Amino acid sequence: MDDRVILRVGAKFLIPFILLFALYVQFHGDYGPGGGFQAGVIFAAAFVLYALVYGLPNAERAMPPRVVYICSALGVVIYAGVGVVTLLKGANFLDYGVLAHDPEHGQHYGILFVELGVLTTVFGVMVTVFYAFAGRGRKDG
Amino acid sequence: MSAHLPVLLIVVPLLAAPLAALVRHPRGSWVVALGASWWALGVSIALLMRVLADGTISYEIGGWAAPWGIEYRIDVANAFVLLIVSGIGAVVTPYARVSVEREVEAARIPLFHTAFILCLTGLLGIAVTGDVFNVFVFLEISSLSAYALIALGQDRRALTSAYQYLVMGSVGATFIVIGIGLLYVMTGTLNMADLAVRLPEVAATRTIPVAFAFLTVGICLKLALFPLHLWLPNAYTFAPSSVTAFIASTATKVAVYMLLRFFFTVFGAAFSFDVMQLDMVLMPLALVAIVSMSLVAIYQQNAKRLLAYSSLAQIGYMILGISLASVTGVTAGILHLFNHALMKGALFMTLGCVMYRVGSVRVEAMAGLGKTMPWTMAAFVIGGLSLIGVPLTVGFVSKWYLVLAALEQGLWPLAVVVLLGSLLAVMYVWKVVEVAYFQPPPDGDPPAEAPLSLLVPTWALVVANLYFGIDAKLTAGVAMRAAEALLGVGQ
Repeated sequence: MDDRVILRVGAKFLIPFILLFALYVQFHGDYGPGGGFQAGVIFAAAFVLYALVYGLPNAERAMPPRVVYICSALGVVIYAGVGVVTLLKGANFLDYGVLAHDPEHGQHYGILFVELGVLTTVFGVMVTVFYAFAGRGRKDG
Repeated sequence: MSAHLPVLLIVVPLLAAPLAALVRHPRGSWVVALGASWWALGVSIALLMRVLADGTISYEIGGWAAPWGIEYRIDVANAFVLLIVSGIGAVVTPYARVSVEREVEAARIPLFHTAFILCLTGLLGIAVTGDVFNVFVFLEISSLSAYALIALGQDRRALTSAYQYLVMGSVGATFIVIGIGLLYVMTGTLNMADLAVRLPEVAATRTIPVAFAFLTVGICLKLALFPLHLWLPNAYTFAPSSVTAFIASTATKVAVYMLLRFFFTVFGAAFSFDVMQLDMVLMPLALVAIVSMSLVAIYQQNAKRLLAYSSLAQIGYMILGISLASVTGVTAGILHLFNHALMKGALFMTLGCVMYRVGSVRVEAMAGLGKTMPWTMAAFVIGGLSLIGVPLTVGFVSKWYLVLAALEQGLWPLAVVVLLGSLLAVMYVWKVVEVAYFQPPPDGDPPAEAPLSLLVPTWALVVANLYFGIDAKLTAGVAMRAAEALLGVGQ
């Protein structure tokens, strides 16, 4: 796709804003529509766009499948890990109130960390699915 | 610590699953899976003992009180189901190491163990929770991981059968979530105990019977009641051996538990059986399942498929007990949940041993195995006897209670069908036994006996078949208390 300058420049211009918008959706999730799932999908969409315009090998160099694999497992660990921290602090599973001195702040932090876990796994799985389909029929499968 | 056991039962396997994926080493992932499954068994035993001693346990997730937050609620019925699921999980995981190394390509083994623990987590979650939407979430966790596990089978047909299961299972899950949604619209609550209180007020509307119908069909698809069983034989036949042993003895059992929970706890026995006349639907289907599926089993050429059809007939026994809606009937149903898990687990595991040494589980490939693999085939014979319902095995105990329940209501034709089912079971079990013991082994190198790492877990279940067949006090006592808890009598 070396000749499609508009596409390449356009994608290059858009991708940082897509990533930024994903983070906006992520951190705005507890005030308005949004949250980890949507943010994870948008974050993954940036890499899908990159792969569509610059080709799969380049995308796999920018975001190696190994990292994506780790992300999809790590998110669940983050989510459940927050629950384990609350257990260790003496409260019930996922009772965020104990995460800070002020229970209200605790709830806030808890939700942020849990949503971060959701973002990580959703991003990882989305990109894995894309790589799996896009890589079909290639020699290394 | 001990106050948090209900949630730790779920959290530890849930954390173990991604860890097994991150370890990314066949043996390492297996160790993680082993730890998680044995932990689940230990916690289940502790929970059952606590429930038997102190009564129902309630745990509030996130510290939100019951009708608003998600509640884990454990009474005798689900504590017993937890024990079945985690017990089978704890026996199959040690078995899976060698069996999976033979049947699944090395690069996929860590993901196999990940999916296996996730499936265990989902099944335990369905049983532990007291929130109907949470049931759906855990159902999806267990189903999606089960589809992936089945697709890992060696045969290319594993893919199509996993896909078939995916389609049918998704239809079932959708029906269940529609039913739950309708209940939520009418009552504004998702908590089972709260639903049970609020449903009678709105039971006269048209919505509640529709919700009931959606839930019935959805759950019956999941538990593979005739005629919604078409996904099951292929899924069991082409899945890796350890997956078949695990799923055959847990997944449909947990679906039967869901049926019990929805119809007896959420809707109440009076609504389900007097108003909706559920027994008029379930009983004929159960009877047809027992007879027709046993007949189909006799004609199978693949031993795994033969046992899969036998499972469909056995599900008929469970549903038959439940459809009687009496304490003895439900006791028989719950008891058969446990007992059938033991016998099918043992039988599918012996077939895994055969697969490991012979490379095929077609009936004719098993010729002469009685001589060459004596321990494996002895396990098969005992499992088969248990399936038939011979005294001193668990199969006898559940059939005894089932016949008792039928005669209690004067329904002697049901008892006849149960005994006819046993007769048909003799025929399909004999089919394998005859080939294994009375046909000469084919020429060439005879297969060696299966390795100990496969035989020990198999025989653990075989011994359990005999032990709980001789001393049924524990299982029958707990099943009776579970039935009383579900029907709201006694205590």
